[in-house]
Amino acid sequence: MSSLVTPPQRIIVVGNGMVGYKFCEKLVSKNQSGAFAITVFGEEPRPAYDRVHLSAYFSGTTAEELTMAPISWYEQNNITLHLGELVTDVDPVAKTITTHKGEIFAYDKLVLATGSGAFVPPINGVEKTGVFVYRTIEDLEAMLAYAPKAKTAAVIGGGLLGLEAAKAAVDMGLETHVIEFAPRLMPRQLDEAGSETLKKKLENLGISIHLKKSTTAILGEEAVNKMTFADGSELEVDMIIVSAGIKPRDEVARKAGLAVGPRGGIEVNNQLQTSDPDIFAVGESALHEGMIYGLIAPGYEMAEVVVTNLIGGEKSFTGFDMSTKLKLIGVDVASFGDPFCTETKGHPIVFEDKVKGIYKRINVSEDGKYLLGGILVGDASSYNMLLQTAKNKIILPPNPEDLILGARGGSAEPAGAGVMSLPEDATICSCENVTKGTICSSIVSDELSDVAGIKKCTKAGTSCGGCVPMLGDLLTATLKEQGKDVKKVLCEHFSYSRQEILDIVKINNIRTYDELLDQYGKGDGCEVCKPAVASILASTWNELILKQATIQDTNDRYLANIQKGGTYSVVPRIPGGEITPEKLIVIGQVAAKYSLYTKITGGQRIDMFGARIDQLPDIWEELVNAGFESGHAYGKSLRTVKSCVGSTWCRYGLHDSVGFAIQVEERYRGIRSPHKLKGGVSGCVRECAEAQSKDFGIIATEKGWNLFVCGNGGAKPQHAILFATDLDTETCLRYLDRFLMFYIKTAEPLNRTSTWLNKMEGGIDYLRQVIIEDSLGICEDLEREMAFMIETYACEWKEVVNNPELRKRFQHFINTPEPDPTIKFRQERGQVVPVVK
Amino acid sequence: MIQAQNSDASLSEVTTWFKAAEVSAFPENGGACVKYQDQQIAVFYFARRNEWYACQNMCPHKQQMILARGMVGDQCGEPKVACPYHKKTFSLITGENLNGECYEIQTYPVKVENGFVYIGIKE
Repeated sequence: MSSLVTPPQRIIVVGNGMVGYKFCEKLVSKNQSGAFAITVFGEEPRPAYDRVHLSAYFSGTTAEELTMAPISWYEQNNITLHLGELVTDVDPVAKTITTHKGEIFAYDKLVLATGSGAFVPPINGVEKTGVFVYRTIEDLEAMLAYAPKAKTAAVIGGGLLGLEAAKAAVDMGLETHVIEFAPRLMPRQLDEAGSETLKKKLENLGISIHLKKSTTAILGEEAVNKMTFADGSELEVDMIIVSAGIKPRDEVARKAGLAVGPRGGIEVNNQLQTSDPDIFAVGESALHEGMIYGLIAPGYEMAEVVVTNLIGGEKSFTGFDMSTKLKLIGVDVASFGDPFCTETKGHPIVFEDKVKGIYKRINVSEDGKYLLGGILVGDASSYNMLLQTAKNKIILPPNPEDLILGARGGSAEPAGAGVMSLPEDATICSCENVTKGTICSSIVSDELSDVAGIKKCTKAGTSCGGCVPMLGDLLTATLKEQGKDVKKVLCEHFSYSRQEILDIVKINNIRTYDELLDQYGKGDGCEVCKPAVASILASTWNELILKQATIQDTNDRYLANIQKGGTYSVVPRIPGGEITPEKLIVIGQVAAKYSLYTKITGGQRIDMFGARIDQLPDIWEELVNAGFESGHAYGKSLRTVKSCVGSTWCRYGLHDSVGFAIQVEERYRGIRSPHKLKGGVSGCVRECAEAQSKDFGIIATEKGWNLFVCGNGGAKPQHAILFATDLDTETCLRYLDRFLMFYIKTAEPLNRTSTWLNKMEGGIDYLRQVIIEDSLGICEDLEREMAFMIETYACEWKEVVNNPELRKRFQHFINTPEPDPTIKFRQERGQVVPVVK
Repeated sequence: MIQAQNSDASLSEVTTWFKAAEVSAFPENGGACVKYQDQQIAVFYFARRNEWYACQNMCPHKQQMILARGMVGDQCGEPKVACPYHKKTFSLITGENLNGECYEIQTYPVKVENGFVYIGIKE
């Protein structure tokens, strides 16, 4: 055997409670190479057991079942375990410990997991027979031995442990009293009303609760038979369990000269080192920044921190959330975050049901955005959700009371089925096959802050780009979950959201992109902000978009849809899908003349493909002369309002759906919006126009029209939601005016109405309040703004056709009139199609 | 005024200055396509900076003759053009793709003299 092997580091653990055990378990899992030799001293005669569930001992759980790990586990893991041996001294200089047997052991690192003992207040008579503390299995065994002689028990202390002890007393068949000094039960976790609810519940179980009682003496000859209180009252009892708090076991540390707190506890730093760097303290004996953590979870966290540092890693203990949820004698009690609104200013929302014995309180920040903390008694089913909401600083819905009451009345739809409601394995980018989970974890681990970063790290959104808006939403939501401040800015050139820019444009009467960039932006702009601002300017001033051609997407710049091969397609408007034979013939003649491929679109009109850029004005001249207008198939604007044949011809039709579709389509034609808009009008419930898959859908009823909103087909189909019923024509148009203008003014760029609604806090109910009830008081403005758009409408193509300067822009080369020589066509099924390179 | 920012094609390597068109023929803060022999060259005028750039008209992503119709802008100050088809963006200085993909475009020096725009060609 080689003598060059480094001897293992000697680790001594003082204390074999839950945290001491957890420390061993964690260190052993990291000790594969045998770098540590672990020795554990426990003063109790048995190995570490589950103290949290101690009261189960009274209802039949055995000591073995409560044991964390049997003695054999320590042997298997080469841990030397000394049970029933109390460490009496530590010598930090010699680096040794001494046990009560006088044996001395040397250590390299010492871990003090000495825990706590019961705090026994100095009451006269506290030493009498029949007075117990509630801490160890030995305490319980002593109580069990004494209980048969007793009839009535009093528990001193109405905190968490006291109520556990009360349960033990009930389980022992004793008439049980709880004596609490404070005016309420569990004063650290509950407020008065919560305490009151819990008190009622416990009283129903036969436990007498005495609040504001200060015990002055415990009387009795040998054994206890009575207690007296400061208010002069008395209580006859023959057994007392003291559970008035815990006292850190810091005697050894104190003796060794380590720093301890004025009220007890071994002082530790963030690495849990005591004033001697080779000595650590964990669990209830450690005093971290003035705080003793009397819960198990922070104790385990401390064990983890010390193990990590021992193996050379870096980890700090920086405090711990003291939220708790427990079942006390069958009653759910939970307390989380800041239960009393003491640390941060906030407003409580309280729900109380005295019949069922339920009390719920949530504290909402002053601005109504965040959950600060709360209290739950009688029903703690929403504890985890509430805790996460508070911990992660999730923005609250507009009616936060729903969190404790559940959604009530009317709204069957969830308040916002946003992108975060998707499962982790949902594919966001189907081109690159990237899931939501991959994207979100990349945002966190690669510390991404923009969509460009997501594209780079995950490849999502790099192909067709259809998922890019969703990437933005995931980014915002994920950053928000991390508690980072997120502002939906347009791009690197404008630190404003689309809505803010819209307001800026309006208030400051800004008419051009350059003006806006000069005054509110920086740099040269880009392909993100230019079309977004172009849309805003168009939605606000409704001026000819070609006045600022180079900020438009190519489709808007040339008022046509670019297709493979560099040619464009031409779509004249055919409102409601109704067209005369004469106009149909014109389309046919134009298509034949310019050799265009023709196809009926999904929106009940005709698309002509294969037009060269230089042909566009000539083609449109012929169409305009025949009475056609631009169909805006190229714009983020109203496409079509699809209709069924309606009551004019159809034997089922209730109203003239075609006539109404034409009216609606002509009303909103040409209006630029954050994304394209599609509508539909059906003449009866058979819904042949498929209106429920549109941004707005109108369906005839016996009494009028039902209005549906925020549906779409596309990559993520969503049915439109019934918004209002049995409307007359005028009201229907008024709601549509408001709805569309509200969407135009508040949606993010390239968000369809469905996405906009999904992100809207308060969802469809909120939208109804705004549009129908005018809860924001903006409906008059919305109607006026829409009226302006309708009045100022002009056909873009008509203007271009009649403007020689604008017509000149429609050419491929700037230095020669010849067309792009690379455009090639072939024949397929009797028509031209592009030859793809 | 003479100006050429291109790092790929340095001025010394230019063998021909092709007289493309009058300055007034080009849109401000946008592009136009110039035919030179059998080549198509996209020329961009950044009016806000008073700078000119040129690159191949074909977007290497899907081999479309289109970049001249793309929107111009900057990424952290670097002048760029975005292809209208799939919004692939390219540096107008280095020709490098700015979305992290491996294809790149050819860029050309540009100069303006007596109201005319010239493109520097290396034969």
